[in-house]
Amino acid sequence: MIAANLPALQVVLPLFGAVLCAFLQRGILAWGVALIVSLAMPFIAAGLLIQVLDSGTISYALGGWKPPIGIEYRVDVVNAFILLLVSLIGAIIMPYAKASVEKEIPADRQAWFYAIYLLCLCGLLGMAITGDAFNIFVFMEVSSLAAYALIAMGRDRRALLAAYQYLIMGTIGATFYVIGVGLLYSMTGTLNLADMASRLGGIENSRAVLAAMAFLTVGISLKLALFPLHVWLPNAYAYAPSVATVFLAATATKVAVYLLLRYFFTVLGTVFAHKSLPIAEIVLILSLAAMFGASIVAIFQDDVKRMLAYSSVGQIGYITLGIAITNLAGLTGGIVHLFNHALIKGSLFMAIGAVFYQIGSVKLDDVAGLGKRMPITMGAFAIAGLSIIGAPGTVGFISKWYLVLGAFEKGWWWLAFLIVASSLISVVYIGRIIEVVWFRPVSAAAKRAKEPPLSMLVPTLLLVAATIYFGFDTTATAGIAGLAAELLLAGIR
Amino acid sequence: MDLLQAIVAHYNHWIIIFLMVSGLYIVVARGNMIKKLVGLGLFQTSVYLLYLSPGKILGGTPPIISEQHTVYSNPLPHVLILTAIVVGVATLALGLALVVRINEAFGTIEEDEIFAGEEDE
Repeated sequence: MIAANLPALQVVLPLFGAVLCAFLQRGILAWGVALIVSLAMPFIAAGLLIQVLDSGTISYALGGWKPPIGIEYRVDVVNAFILLLVSLIGAIIMPYAKASVEKEIPADRQAWFYAIYLLCLCGLLGMAITGDAFNIFVFMEVSSLAAYALIAMGRDRRALLAAYQYLIMGTIGATFYVIGVGLLYSMTGTLNLADMASRLGGIENSRAVLAAMAFLTVGISLKLALFPLHVWLPNAYAYAPSVATVFLAATATKVAVYLLLRYFFTVLGTVFAHKSLPIAEIVLILSLAAMFGASIVAIFQDDVKRMLAYSSVGQIGYITLGIAITNLAGLTGGIVHLFNHALIKGSLFMAIGAVFYQIGSVKLDDVAGLGKRMPITMGAFAIAGLSIIGAPGTVGFISKWYLVLGAFEKGWWWLAFLIVASSLISVVYIGRIIEVVWFRPVSAAAKRAKEPPLSMLVPTLLLVAATIYFGFDTTATAGIAGLAAELLLAGIR
Repeated sequence: MDLLQAIVAHYNHWIIIFLMVSGLYIVVARGNMIKKLVGLGLFQTSVYLLYLSPGKILGGTPPIISEQHTVYSNPLPHVLILTAIVVGVATLALGLALVVRINEAFGTIEEDEIFAGEEDE
């Protein structure tokens, strides 16, 4: 009974949890609810993934209305992987959140924070699980509106500006998405993604379908912060409360990338394969621009959170690069980097969140010498930093390995060179932080800093340990990513 | 003449495109945060029309089975847009709430004044 209804539970539990949190009004009680719900999520997602690996795609008719009339929740390897990623990150943040939220959010708003956090989780999981184009839009707006509110809760008054800017750009992105879906709907008469894909055969070159593809690409790219549509991201990540930054950086953009994969390969696979629009070429150029441009900008930031945010824009470039390479190894690299980057950025932002908890600032001048005061946290930061550079033995190396492999398979040796060259830029900005933290005299702000409470330290170390573990044992990550890439590539043949 | 006819026959599309582009222009060109939200609203409204106008069939009735009627209009776009309107209202409400908070924190809702003030700090 429960096993058959897992797809619905995955979305409904956080939704009810959010309502409960809003009614509870006490921060600590709301945290309890959010903790229970978040910890249940990975089990549901893992259950779904096991079912999918055992017996193939799950189709769940929501409310008993058969697809394509009703809304279908459709889980295959690709989105089961994304669901597991989002719910794992969501679960690991919750123990960490308690201390950090108590410090950064006023007491009367803490319950609201958890309610909004669960709404955001619900929206992201919903986007990933649903098989209905319009339902995706609804969940997209649930998660986005929640994200704007989470960011606006930041201490700094500039958080409000960042949230406003994100609201404007996010809404434009979502509206572009709806325009694209509207055009596809008027051409095919269906909103079910699988049904839509089958009805697009024969009309893949019509002007309306091409326009739909363009609108969808731009709309989703705004959500995933593809260079140069990333301008909302650095401020949003820099001024949001630490917990919100960790959560959004690790999950929100990743789910948007999933949507891009879904549309390019499954729904519009025939259009993508037909090459009437040079989508792969455009994505290739923008990915390279992100890998170099955003990483270079990251070097010149004086605020560690902003620096990591720009680094996120650059890392998203590697993920979309996998789409542009469009062969098995390349796409596997893109998808596995989606998972790996979530782990890496999650641990980096968690370590920085612990710093903010202790010294109330993340300016580069203020974190100087922290390595002597918070050696464990800063050690974790250094290891995760190595991972973002792509040092062998870390997850970052695995993703880049597959990307380079894909580039060689395609005969693009210059691309392999560029992937390695861009990694060197991340050596500079990560190196800059590590130099300041470990080799400078202790700053005035850092004088009395000590390690954060265990509830923050343990999740950070767990996530860092995962970035090492999955760097050696790749059967789970790269294996499933490979299956997902195979499934996606079948759509454009 | 054919061209003119083609333009007139698709008059609903011209209205949609005009609203869409003018809404987007207001969002980009105006520095006042309330005006930006107005532009955003205009932009979203154009999409409502994009869905609704193909859903209406001239002479079509609501989809209720009856012997006198054979031509029905599709009700689904209306339902979808009802949802989109709710989403739009929620977005506008949150946007206005943020503008109120920004006004409290910065004392202005003009973007250029805020950014000029930020640089002085």
